[in-house]
Amino acid sequence: MDWVNAVVQGTLLGGLYAMFAAGLSLIFGVMRLVNIAHGDLIVLSAYVALSGAMLLGVSPFVVLILAVPVMAAFGYLLQRLVLNRTMGDDILPPLLVTFGLSVIIQNALLAAYSADPQKLQAGDIETAAFAIGPITVGVMPVIVFATAVAVIAGLQWVFYHTALGRAFRATSDRQDIAQLMGLNRAHVFGLAMALSMAVTAVAGVFLGMRTSFDPAIGGSRLIFGFEAVIIGGLGNLWGTLAGGVILGVAQTLGAKLHPGFQVLAGHVVFLFILAVRPRGLFPRIDG
Amino acid sequence: MPEPLLSIEGLDAHYGDFQALYGLLMQVAQGEVTAVIGANGAGKTTLMRSVSGLIRNQPQAIRFKGQPIGDLRADQVAALGIALVPEGRLLFPSLSVEENLIIGGQLGRPGPWNLPRLYDLFPILRERRHVPATELSGGQQQMVAIGRALMSNPDLLMMDEISLGLAPVVIKSIYEALPGIVGEGLTAIVVEQDIAKALSVSSRVTCLQEGRVSLSGASAEVTRDAISRAYFGV
Amino acid sequence: MTRLSVSRQTRLSNIAMLALAVTLLLLAAAPWWAGRAELRLLGEIFLYMSLATLWNLLAGYAGLVSVGQQAFVGLGGYMLFAATLLWGVHPLMALPLAMVAGALVSAPVALLIFRLRGAYFAIGTWVVAEVFRLSFAQLSALGGGSGISLAPAIVKQLASGRSAREALLYWLALGLAVLVVGAVFAFLRSRRGVALTAIRDNELAARSLGIDVWRTKFTVYVVTAALTTLTGALIFLQKLRISPDAAFSANDWTAFVIFIVVIGGIGTIEGPIIGTLIYFALRETMADLGAAYLIALGAVAIVIMLVAPQGVWGLIRGKAGHELFPLSRRVRGLIEKGN
Repeated sequence: MDWVNAVVQGTLLGGLYAMFAAGLSLIFGVMRLVNIAHGDLIVLSAYVALSGAMLLGVSPFVVLILAVPVMAAFGYLLQRLVLNRTMGDDILPPLLVTFGLSVIIQNALLAAYSADPQKLQAGDIETAAFAIGPITVGVMPVIVFATAVAVIAGLQWVFYHTALGRAFRATSDRQDIAQLMGLNRAHVFGLAMALSMAVTAVAGVFLGMRTSFDPAIGGSRLIFGFEAVIIGGLGNLWGTLAGGVILGVAQTLGAKLHPGFQVLAGHVVFLFILAVRPRGLFPRIDG
Repeated sequence: MPEPLLSIEGLDAHYGDFQALYGLLMQVAQGEVTAVIGANGAGKTTLMRSVSGLIRNQPQAIRFKGQPIGDLRADQVAALGIALVPEGRLLFPSLSVEENLIIGGQLGRPGPWNLPRLYDLFPILRERRHVPATELSGGQQQMVAIGRALMSNPDLLMMDEISLGLAPVVIKSIYEALPGIVGEGLTAIVVEQDIAKALSVSSRVTCLQEGRVSLSGASAEVTRDAISRAYFGV
Repeated sequence: MTRLSVSRQTRLSNIAMLALAVTLLLLAAAPWWAGRAELRLLGEIFLYMSLATLWNLLAGYAGLVSVGQQAFVGLGGYMLFAATLLWGVHPLMALPLAMVAGALVSAPVALLIFRLRGAYFAIGTWVVAEVFRLSFAQLSALGGGSGISLAPAIVKQLASGRSAREALLYWLALGLAVLVVGAVFAFLRSRRGVALTAIRDNELAARSLGIDVWRTKFTVYVVTAALTTLTGALIFLQKLRISPDAAFSANDWTAFVIFIVVIGGIGTIEGPIIGTLIYFALRETMADLGAAYLIALGAVAIVIMLVAPQGVWGLIRGKAGHELFPLSRRVRGLIEKGN
């Protein structure tokens, strides 16, 4: 029963990982850009929520509503002012610029907030739980998982049923020809990054409510998101959810074996899937 | 003499490191259909890409409705009312037929063209409208590409080699639809390898040879000899 | 009628190579004219120059951008400590042993991560580094998560007397830098090296010429890993203490290295060397390190990537493509235009 419990917890954890991954997956799909600073932006969102909650004296759930547009606007500006200039055939500029960005964000947060671990206080809901048969399930993990599903469903809806989504898909297919339709490529990329940042903000706030965070943890969040994307397969958001769940379950089962094995177990499962199914489980596009 | 809709003067366009057009001079009057012919590499597609803004040039080199547009981005040019049916069709594979058409109308410019009217022009597309666009046959894709350009209700429609890679029977049916497209006074530039087809749909013809205009005249009046000389530069 | 000939040397490269020879002689004599602190600093410069040159070979020439080379730096450090502390190997023998270990480990790693491309490959290298870090943290024989120090007895095996040891470590570092830069230079002059440059410029065209792209990249990855592991072993022989966080620090062994190469000029031999000198000049003159310094470095690297992607050396050499290390073949004896 312990093992069933671990699987359930891992599945719910997978929802958080899927949210880490969704933003990453989105911009790769639209712009073929991999943002090395993605994990640090998740952490930045958590800090934005922290300051917001302290300033306004409200619960993180309320701050979430503010953090989303703030991070979206930041993402739009970041894309238009900096990242758009790295787009092209060469892989080095976007990689190195986002790497530099990652270092800057980490150290700026360090300078502003110090290395002390922080946490978003959500109150009683953090410890609330209910029973499903013999298993106890936390309310927060269920909320996070449900949000992840809603976010992915929302993104799918945007992509396949709105003009914006059409613009994303067309620009991703043929940047030049999309311009002939009157789509300003720079603006479309900015909107894609804004949307990605909105999702990242949600992921960051939930991260901050779930565990304590500090400026240095961005790197591993990027890696978890990346592993979820690769396991699930590129270009498939529901696949990314599956990837997140597999990663979450691998980690919780690893932790059951030995507390120090949690993260390592996830990496091992990732490398195994990379070895036997390099394109992931449900791929739709090529890297 | 009314101002030409499109006026090109001193256009030096480059394709990468290579100069493709040398001081090009050309004018298109409102309501005219102009055919642009020339051998491969003469600069026809570079000309189309320059006018549509895919290649940026000197602002004054290209004037549309009297405004300099040579250095504008392609999306800005599209908003002004120039639409291009690109060589090779280049539909969006991730979009269905209908979505390709709808995105053509992204700009929301007013005019006679809309989805129902396009489906009347090309009925086969109505049947296949939810199919991914690139799964259609070559001829059907060409219809989608033309429809996509029409959806923006352009003032100037440019068609780059719409017969490329299509069977003669298909080419014939597409060209039969052309009068229905340009009939209402739409200004058009038609780039064509097939000289006979080009002359049949146009009132004026311009021939390019190694990046320069080698012939310009009324389609009804130019002689085969003149075209041969202009085409091959002999 | 002038005879045409093809040669690599230019006047500039001849002067540069001569200057280099003289400089190396001076540097070899450093234990006699430099103080302790200066000797340590020079040693550190040589080690970073090696790391930078190797990372540049991987990213600037082979197009394999790795943000996980710390995996091999740490592996080298741990191999040194394991060989000396656990297996009783002499520290100097442990160095080549570490290099071989690096080559052996990197081969299966390459097989795995070569399935990823571009930026995903980069993150994959990071995952590998994390796996190494987490795995070594489990080895209690080598101090587990908190690390371990090198026993004084082993240190004494290097040489008797502190100044002799410091001179030896200095010469090893200098020798390593000469070895690495020399090896990279020789490789790029070879047929394999030209193939690599062809792959970098246009992979499809290179493939159509019959160049085995995969094999070339694989070879470069393994050789770079081996030499990086060797560098790591030497780094930790100097530090005398190792821990998983220090051994596999992304900041120390990747962030600084990348900044050095980007600022100096990626894709050239001169770039990493110049970048290392600039980096250390900055570090020695800036009073406080830490967060502000890293932010400044990151910002400079971003600006350079956006505005002058060829780096400082790229700006200096301009369009003429001057070289200090004679690499490109030029045709001699051409009559200049207008003569």
